[in-house]
Amino acid sequence: MRYTSPRSADEALGLLAEHGAGAKVLAGGTDLLVALRHRTVEPAVVVDIKRVDDFDEPVRVTDDAIVVGPTATMGRLAELEEVRRRHVALVEAALTVGSVAIRNRASLVGNSCNASPGADTAPVLLALGATVTIAGPAGERTVGLDDFFLGPRRTACGPDELVTALHLPRPRPGSGSAFQRITRRRGVDLGTVSIAAVLGPDDDVALGMGAVGPRPLVARTRLGDHESTAAAVEHLVAAATPIDDVRAGSDYRRAMLRVLARRALDTAARRRDEEAA
Amino acid sequence: MTTFAATGPSPDHEDPAVTVSTTVNGEHRTMSVPAHRTLLEALRDQLALTGSKTCCAEGECGACTVILDGHPVTSCLVLAVEAEGREVTTVEGLAPQPGELSDLQEEFLAAGAVQCGFCIPGQVVAAECLLRANPTPSTAEIREGMSGNLCRCASYERIVCAVHATAERRAGA
Repeated sequence: MRYTSPRSADEALGLLAEHGAGAKVLAGGTDLLVALRHRTVEPAVVVDIKRVDDFDEPVRVTDDAIVVGPTATMGRLAELEEVRRRHVALVEAALTVGSVAIRNRASLVGNSCNASPGADTAPVLLALGATVTIAGPAGERTVGLDDFFLGPRRTACGPDELVTALHLPRPRPGSGSAFQRITRRRGVDLGTVSIAAVLGPDDDVALGMGAVGPRPLVARTRLGDHESTAAAVEHLVAAATPIDDVRAGSDYRRAMLRVLARRALDTAARRRDEEAA
Repeated sequence: MTTFAATGPSPDHEDPAVTVSTTVNGEHRTMSVPAHRTLLEALRDQLALTGSKTCCAEGECGACTVILDGHPVTSCLVLAVEAEGREVTTVEGLAPQPGELSDLQEEFLAAGAVQCGFCIPGQVVAAECLLRANPTPSTAEIREGMSGNLCRCASYERIVCAVHATAERRAGA
């Protein structure tokens, strides 16, 4: 294995084009180094993008969006005033990842690129309508995160491509968001079920769901289209297909999915009302 | 002769060694490390800094916690080559002099927080980082700040006491 540390996005893309599937991008390394240790990946070249100097790191804030650079860590993001103000649920999700030491390394963009079905930050990013910029030999393209996740550990980013930014659209005025997760223990655990709710000014809801399907999921509806909040929750969680595994049974996951969805919706509604007050 | 324990990403062959220049505990150090070796392996096997412990080797237990450019990280999840030009502090670098203890280490002993001792270097490094970022942490903040450091002896209560005691001692100093 050869280690490379390109100084520009072009140089990084050149390395990826040259080595294709033999190359692995290294951002925080909290997933990649585990995979190296277990030899589930055996790259010829590791492309460490932390010294690339033409990304927007950690973020670029505009009126319309927060653009997150590919190596911005969970810990750094959770400290940023503008992120805290606009995206409470994202901060909540980022602060559940691993531990302080993990959050000092783990990148938000990397969490999505690793495409674990249980990625802690994926449900909230889906619910917020995040998009990613993918750069490659043919130039740049923008992909909605819902189209980015293809399956377990599979994304729309090809081996010769690089996710160079993640865009978080500014929430509409009168929105509220919340994140909920169940784990067996507080620190350094994988989510048994995780949920993010984003509630808009017209009672439109986006519900992101993690660890209840082969990829992170999102469902949308309008609360007013249902007889009750419970009925809306039933509609939203219908897409989930949880499995039995070492962390929980599928029945338990299905039950907790509804509990967490309700809690997240209630918290998001409370925050929306508090902001309006 | 450099030897590496089989604790990290270990292909059947050794990759060619890369020279890595870094600052460890305030001293400039040069390591010669294959690209697949972790910072933890390099610290232990190249620099003989064996305070950082190898345990889970996948970022779950915190026994290998070191300070990288001012922030605590699990050194099992950092490639040694990534430390090029960076500043690393290990548990060996916390005491004022070799053979002495830091105030935090003294409080760990005074609180009886050290049982088998294996996790303690990582606990001490994590607690030091916590106190630098937040000199007067609440119990909840200590528990959260230390949640990445597992203690198989379950000495958590006394570890929390030791962190509180250090905070009070530093506030009074």
